[in-house]
Amino acid sequence: MDTNDKTSPLALDDTHDPNRRKALSCLAAWTGAAVVWTVAGGVPRALGATTDGKTTAAAKNALTFVQISDTHIGFKKDANPDVVGSLRRAIADIHTLPQAPAFVVHTGDISHLSRADEFGQARELFQELKVDRLHTVPGEHDTIDDGLSGYLKFFDHDGKGKGWYSFDQSGVHFIGLTNTLNFKMGTMTSLGDEQLAWLKSDLARVSHSTPVVVLAHIPMWTVYAQWGWGTADADQALALLRPFGSVTVLNGHIHQVLQKVEGNVALHTAMSLAYPLPTPGQEGIGEPGPLKVPAGELGKRLGIRQLSVVRGQRELALIDRPLER
Amino acid sequence: MYGLITRLAATPARVAAILIAVFSIAFATPSLLAATASTQTVEITKFAYAPKEITVAPGTKITWTNRDEIPHTVTAKDKSFDSKALDTGDKFEHTFATEGDFEYFCTVHPFMTGVVHVRKQ
Repeated sequence: MDTNDKTSPLALDDTHDPNRRKALSCLAAWTGAAVVWTVAGGVPRALGATTDGKTTAAAKNALTFVQISDTHIGFKKDANPDVVGSLRRAIADIHTLPQAPAFVVHTGDISHLSRADEFGQARELFQELKVDRLHTVPGEHDTIDDGLSGYLKFFDHDGKGKGWYSFDQSGVHFIGLTNTLNFKMGTMTSLGDEQLAWLKSDLARVSHSTPVVVLAHIPMWTVYAQWGWGTADADQALALLRPFGSVTVLNGHIHQVLQKVEGNVALHTAMSLAYPLPTPGQEGIGEPGPLKVPAGELGKRLGIRQLSVVRGQRELALIDRPLER
Repeated sequence: MYGLITRLAATPARVAAILIAVFSIAFATPSLLAATASTQTVEITKFAYAPKEITVAPGTKITWTNRDEIPHTVTAKDKSFDSKALDTGDKFEHTFATEGDFEYFCTVHPFMTGVVHVRKQ
């Protein structure tokens, strides 16, 4: 497996030590057939545990990265009139992590309306992150009118004009997927045949002992079909991923933490940094619109996720960190 | 029944009331019909088109208004019309010239569907 990062994600800190990436790649030495990665039986997760001694200690010899999601830059309604402030709080939180993350991933809905000024503002805000890179996948709010063209002007990862890509770091194979382009009337979204074919060819060069982390905006399992919270052809993608010993799928879209574990495949949705959404089919709500919560509650419903890939441990460790605890 | 009507019509006040009612119908009805033929509105609220189904005469203009805090689109299944993203309060208009059944949906929330039936009336 090629551990060099060939993609060109949003580089966030031009002054950063260029040797850092190489140093991180050295961590890849531990990977191999001897290490069996599995998340069967559940993934440990500590909601709001900011100073969880156990997890923090484990992170010292791990590849760590951070997931943020659903920033909705441009949203100004009552549910959160200050999404920029929420993102800045998250950035500050990321900077206080005991171990600086190798990079940040954003699982979509960067913007609210796919407008160039929103993408531009988001990109400027992301430059405040003191990490090497930001890897993004588009949400449906980023592809709302003209597909990927507006999004790619700011977040083109490999210059191929596609929303999907892969890269390797520290022995982990990362894949970014786009599941916001194939909306058909009355159904859920889908990845589409072209992307599935690409995924198949991409995975063909990766050994099954390699941990795989997949990023996609809309959940890759059917959380709630009535609200479109699922991906119609996700099963075809998961069939390609099942032979791998450890697969972690990171989604956004539903603005809340949910997980599903299927054998070696663990799927997780994340909190938003903009506004909460109801639980799937929540009684008395009726539609997946922004929830207005009391001012003191909002920060508890928004947050980031820290992930650690720990050498010699079977599980990928996740800590969901609300902005207010 | 017949006797009751006879009795009701007997007083001058009731005759006046009936005359007013008749005039109201005579003047109001043509303008109501004209409005029906030229323009109709559909609200987009709580992730649904209201009304979800609407029947209009050819030549009718329909105006959709997004009342949600989330953007929606009004996109024909046959691509014959497409609003692009409607932010809160944004409107989209389309005039239906020919008869037919026009299904439409929101491209970002495809579970949101509606249909316009265009029929000669």
